[in-house]
Amino acid sequence: MTDKPLLEVRNLRVEFPTREATLVAVDDISFHINAGEVLGVVGESGAGKSMTGAAIIGLIEPPGHIAGGEIIFDGQRIDNLSNTEIRKIRGRHIGAIFQDPLTSLNPLHTVGRQIIDTIITHLPLSQKQARTRALELLKEVGIPSAEERIDHYPHQFSGGMRQRVVIALALCADPKLIIADEPTTALDVSIQAQIINLLKGLCSQYDTAIMLVTHDMGVIAETADRVAVMYAGRIGEIGPVADIIQQPKLPYTVGLMGSIPAIGEDVERLTQIDGSMPRLNALPSGCRFHPRCPSAFAYCAIERPELIEAGNSQVACWLYDKEKGQGKSPAHGLQKTHTKAVSKTTTQPANTLLQVEGLKQYFDVSPPLLTRLLERTGRKYVHAVDGLDFTINRGETFGLVGESGCGKSTVARAIVGLYKATDGTICFDYVDDGGLDDKQRMQMIFQDPHASLNPRWRVREIVAEAIPAGTGSTKQKITARVGELLAQVGLAAEDARKYPHEFSGGQRQRISIARALAGEPEFLVCDEPTSALDVSVQAQILNLMVDLQRRMGLTYLFISHDLAVVNHISTKVGVMYLGRLVEWADTDTLFSNPQHPYTRMLLDSIPDLTNIGAKRSQVGGEVPSPINPPSGCTFHPRCPFATDRCKSEIPIASSVSGSSVACHAIEEKRLPDWKTS
Amino acid sequence: MLSFVLSRILQSFIVMIGVSLVAFSLFTYVGDPISNLVGIQTSDAKREKLRESLGLNDPMPVQFLRFIERASQFEFGISYQQKRKVGDIIAERLPATLELSFVSAMLALLIGIPAGIYTALHRKSWFSHFMLSASLVGVSLPTFLIGIMLIFVFAVNFNILPSFGRGEVVKLGFWSTGFLTASGLKALIMPSITLALFQMTLIMRLVRSEMLEVLRADYIKFARARGLSDRMVNFSYALMNTLVPVITITGLQLGSIIAFAIITETVFQWPGLGLMFIQAINEVDIPVMSTYLLLIAMFFVIINLIVDLLYYFVDPRLRVKQGD
Repeated sequence: MTDKPLLEVRNLRVEFPTREATLVAVDDISFHINAGEVLGVVGESGAGKSMTGAAIIGLIEPPGHIAGGEIIFDGQRIDNLSNTEIRKIRGRHIGAIFQDPLTSLNPLHTVGRQIIDTIITHLPLSQKQARTRALELLKEVGIPSAEERIDHYPHQFSGGMRQRVVIALALCADPKLIIADEPTTALDVSIQAQIINLLKGLCSQYDTAIMLVTHDMGVIAETADRVAVMYAGRIGEIGPVADIIQQPKLPYTVGLMGSIPAIGEDVERLTQIDGSMPRLNALPSGCRFHPRCPSAFAYCAIERPELIEAGNSQVACWLYDKEKGQGKSPAHGLQKTHTKAVSKTTTQPANTLLQVEGLKQYFDVSPPLLTRLLERTGRKYVHAVDGLDFTINRGETFGLVGESGCGKSTVARAIVGLYKATDGTICFDYVDDGGLDDKQRMQMIFQDPHASLNPRWRVREIVAEAIPAGTGSTKQKITARVGELLAQVGLAAEDARKYPHEFSGGQRQRISIARALAGEPEFLVCDEPTSALDVSVQAQILNLMVDLQRRMGLTYLFISHDLAVVNHISTKVGVMYLGRLVEWADTDTLFSNPQHPYTRMLLDSIPDLTNIGAKRSQVGGEVPSPINPPSGCTFHPRCPFATDRCKSEIPIASSVSGSSVACHAIEEKRLPDWKTS
Repeated sequence: MLSFVLSRILQSFIVMIGVSLVAFSLFTYVGDPISNLVGIQTSDAKREKLRESLGLNDPMPVQFLRFIERASQFEFGISYQQKRKVGDIIAERLPATLELSFVSAMLALLIGIPAGIYTALHRKSWFSHFMLSASLVGVSLPTFLIGIMLIFVFAVNFNILPSFGRGEVVKLGFWSTGFLTASGLKALIMPSITLALFQMTLIMRLVRSEMLEVLRADYIKFARARGLSDRMVNFSYALMNTLVPVITITGLQLGSIIAFAIITETVFQWPGLGLMFIQAINEVDIPVMSTYLLLIAMFFVIINLIVDLLYYFVDPRLRVKQGD
């Protein structure tokens, strides 16, 4: 483009003075965004992505401040404006969208009032005109029956709908640039697809530029025109989306792309970048990535690389420097190992370890007796799990996927005995365990590594607690065992003396795994073990789990909302929707030939890295409340193939080309074949 | 809505029954009512007759029901010491305490809330630092000490304010008010400040910490990112959300203003319920004590009921059912 860029950031530096030292969160970065362009900013947590966005709209939390450089928006320098002046630009010319739609709206005002307030602040409109515009906006972002909904409070909207309202709020003064900070991270994949399509459509319609900050490469691939990859406060690589995704130049980008599990790809181990993002108070010298970089050479630790032209993109890496990087091949050792996974198809005879039959878990959420009497309503139950059958064989990994609220975690908790099942049986190793005495043989790994370790205990105590007592264990023996366990998960024996807060998220999850292994279990229930982690760390943990399984013959129940992760690690997959399994099959069968419309919908809604700029197929609707699940097949309100039978009769699972599927349409052979791609 | 109110009223009712039980058991377990009524020379036969005629030999539940029945008709018996109806004594003392509490509550709210907002919005200003340090004094010094110090400075040294009593009062029907005379208003100043100080600092600190919490919320950040004016963000967004939790605590505190008036009333010899209660304890005047207990419980219950209803109006999440 020849015309002047809409936004130009030159040598921006953001500092946080602390008592010990001044931390530099964003260090000397420069980039620009053209009018109508989508710039994706990716990087793992702590890379300084959000801080850059906050700096542009002048909303850095004190004591953080812009310590150098300039930000030029539409020909005007905006980083040194007074509070009153920048406020005229915020919302008017630069809009913002934040991550969590549940907390982005004021709970005490109606959405209409929040939109109208914002419109009146920026545009010379009367209350009445503003309301008309608010209505138009709500219709535009796809809120059904907007006339009625405009007077509703935020809590009356679902998550996806609230994010639509947030988009309406960001767009209400017709800004030229929108800074979208992880706009879809808190949403389910199917909703994510809706929101991304909406945002993209609206912005191209109004020629609005977007700075899309996210850690999700898939979202970037289908949305962005150009991508900036950030690492530890620096831009490592910036260029057109196709180049960055298909031919990444920076070793970090290569590793990042390789660590993302992809569907339709069968690798045993993911590419692993060892270590994690450095903390701001301990930044390495020279290139900040060099301690983790497999291609690093001596000079990398000495001088900081600046962005230089390399093909269509710019890269900050000495490998591409004409003098320093001569003869070095970039990023060897970070390619994916394309060996076929052996564990995927178990040849050994099936040996059932866990059998779940007719599992039901209801939670009583009834209003108080008096309310029930006055309003003549009965008791209310959340049908979290509503009749679930599956078996897991020894040595297998059973993946359970579904959107939030479908009952995945409840299943996990019921199996390990944290909940007493309302109905149904859970047989572990052929023993129906009403109470399960044999808890040692079954362990659980939780989602949040920050919340699942006692912050006041040393790692030694955390791990040692789970070592079974009474086996003549002396202090030395326990210490040795703790060291052994830590070594198994890739930590050092000396780490036993530290407290959990001294570790990064990934290391903490390793501690959780060590604790789970302490009792020498056969079966691990993993409830979203990697969803709180960055992709490069997720890859480390997934690789570790695969290694442990091979070495110790473990059986996993792996619960996740991420289909790609489940595809990577599981041998069998079950798809859950509103407390029921709608389809289960071998991983290969399920992902190559999905049967159930819901499975197909989920697969469709995954952003495809190989297909840049492609539109995802739209999926309507959201998961209904499990308090009043729809009658018949619970998926019928969102299913394009639903008939009257689906509305009244609960489908029973039957075997269709290798999968077990519960769907009337498949039974009646009304469903077209899955597109063969 | 209806069920919400009804269930709250039902709960209040249960609380009142519980308190009645305690008040009732005072009669039975704190001293012998007969020995309090008659002299030492009364014969045992006479005592027994009196016991019978007062119904003290009836089974406990019967006596308790009788107590509740009388209390619900505002019949609280006769004071052992003053030989007057307890209801009359209370009616005579109540205006003094209510007026003092009302002024104190107003002081606490009208100074505490704005000070809390100011210190939250201007965290770094010298005035905020001053208010916070001063509030420490308010929290840590005992009420009676503050009262005595005020008396020492303004009544003894400067002699500008009366050190005790209500001053002149005007009778409006059964209600005697100090609001209408200069001496009555002057007499109110020191006791009401003494009584309000603790609550004022508590409310200020509560509002401040809640508001700081709310100012960190995502919707505040998003509101700023939309370019809304500081005034709108601070008052229409942040303050409203701050008030939701503040209302609950404040309601409870107002109840304790009435209850804790005892100390202030003693220091300033304020002729209210608190002083009456202290005297009753000294004289083991059980009907007065038990009635005071019931009355304070009722104040708490009513204030809580009002707070719950306020909550209901401020927070739409309680009022409007979650939509589809």
